[in-house]
Amino acid sequence: MGMTLTEKILARHANKKSVSPGDNLWVDVDVLMTHDVCGPGTIEIFRREFGPNARVWDREKVVIIPDHYIFTTDVYARRNIDILREFALEQGIRYFYDVGSPEYKGVCHVALAEEGHTRPGEVLFGTDSHTCTAGAFGEFATGIGNTDAGFIMGTGRLWVKVPPTMRFVFDGEMPSYLMAKDLILHIIGDMGVDGATYKAMEFTGEGISMLSVEEHMTLCNMAIEAGGKNGIIAPDDKTLAFVRQRTNRAFEVVYGDHDAGYESVKVYHLKEMEPVVAKPHSPDNKALVREVKGTRIDRCYIGSCTGGKMEDFKAAARIFRRNSVKVETYVVPATTEVERRLREETMDGETLYSIFEKAGAKISDGASCAACLGGPADTFGRLSGSEVCISTTNRNFPGRMGSKQSQVYLASPLTVAASAVRGVITDPREFV
Amino acid sequence: MSMKDIIKGKAYVLGNDIDTDQIIPAQHLVYSLSHPEERKMYGRYALSSVPEVQAGLPKGGIKFVEGGEDRSEYDIIIAGKNFGCGSSREHAPVALNIAGVEAVVAESYARIFYRNVVDGGFFIPFETDEHLCREIKTGDVIEIDVKKGLVKNLTMGKQYKLQPLGDVEAILRAGDIFAYARQEGMLRR
Repeated sequence: MGMTLTEKILARHANKKSVSPGDNLWVDVDVLMTHDVCGPGTIEIFRREFGPNARVWDREKVVIIPDHYIFTTDVYARRNIDILREFALEQGIRYFYDVGSPEYKGVCHVALAEEGHTRPGEVLFGTDSHTCTAGAFGEFATGIGNTDAGFIMGTGRLWVKVPPTMRFVFDGEMPSYLMAKDLILHIIGDMGVDGATYKAMEFTGEGISMLSVEEHMTLCNMAIEAGGKNGIIAPDDKTLAFVRQRTNRAFEVVYGDHDAGYESVKVYHLKEMEPVVAKPHSPDNKALVREVKGTRIDRCYIGSCTGGKMEDFKAAARIFRRNSVKVETYVVPATTEVERRLREETMDGETLYSIFEKAGAKISDGASCAACLGGPADTFGRLSGSEVCISTTNRNFPGRMGSKQSQVYLASPLTVAASAVRGVITDPREFV
Repeated sequence: MSMKDIIKGKAYVLGNDIDTDQIIPAQHLVYSLSHPEERKMYGRYALSSVPEVQAGLPKGGIKFVEGGEDRSEYDIIIAGKNFGCGSSREHAPVALNIAGVEAVVAESYARIFYRNVVDGGFFIPFETDEHLCREIKTGDVIEIDVKKGLVKNLTMGKQYKLQPLGDVEAILRAGDIFAYARQEGMLRR
């Protein structure tokens, strides 16, 4: 029997001809990413285990992207960025996107792609659970903790148990009112937050090939919300073009075998699907938007790795260009590149930035993770009381956006924008 | 760390899908893990975002760590499915470790959390097919017999089977992934 895309990548990185689900392997790592929340702890473990004068295994393969707590006066948070800066200098880390420098990027998962660090066929580990986003580029990418990251820093290797692959096929054309967020919230709602625990989730079908690279990232981003080890999509022509535009490094594209064994195959028919939300307080608490429409909201939030990319803002702008918001609406570009493009790219002759501004949204001055995970008290858009918020982010656990008393609904940028305009949860089909 | 044969202590009981934001809220992730005093803050805020009604089952409303303290009076956590889901923050198992947790017995774990517990050697993550969060009450005295794979509720006089630790036992016995890799000759020192 052949191998799935995930199995094949792992086999190649373990120098084995073939592997099967359940095998424990030591794999060679192509990229290790860390950020300001987990980087300092990782560095600490690296120094403790390999000595104060140790060097990272490859200074071009450790990528450091501060993004979580950036625009805050919190002294501890600022110190953590200083620790990264000092380490990057000491080690000669080639890819360090420093705060306050022209290199600063913002949200690591989007920055990794923009800067050409996500390449087909490779193995990427990151100290962030949403590292699985990079599976959109046909690579094996997953989140790890500080200890594992410290181990990789010194050795360039890590043990992995080969996950079985669950295949999700999206049949038919993608309707204009649906986004990748709706598809993945459907899947998570159907399987539960542990439905894919330690499994690879592979997305395929006509609907997937119609989606943009950024929408592929959104799908893979939330594999972890079903407990998945990784999300993955076989790279298509536009994905390869995207990668080649952003890196000169050679990579080898890998595809799954035709006779690969899948643990399960689930087919979704796009024309039967509707916009959905995840109700408080779990990403699997699925409801059709029309089932909860009219629910009062205090706030809308458009941002994060899963909902703060250009495609996300273009979708929201389709609704905001002729409508104003009725509730506080926070807009946070994921990266400085997205921030710049909001001011450059136009819709009906107007920049997206201006569309959001005229609609009455509050636009963040800087790109970062911001209120997606709450963070320090002075974080832009953070919930602090019993607000009801509808958000394009990926988690709505109790207290996730800063307040235990708040309630968060997760939805696509289209649904969030439609809701912002009406002041209650609203089906985007009323607008598009 | 050498693995104990018997782990005994008071149980703190939680339900399903306890995520890492509940275990240690993101605003606290700024403290240094190496600074001895700052480190204690992780103990102080361990499990501080668990909703009131679910904090210490069956009744709820029980603090895992008393206000101002950094150690918990509970040594063993009993939980349902998917314990530790969500973020990859290693601060979550570390917070439980600093608060004094020696073992967690859950129906299942989210994988990144489970890896972090094992590779960092923070405590022993046992699994069981029994719905212990409905059988054991917060405050019950529990004894885990590691060799026999049994968890005993000494307060109620009942015992239940644990699943074998499996593949990860070698790493847990070595102490952490570094000790394991040295033992296997993968790391020289």
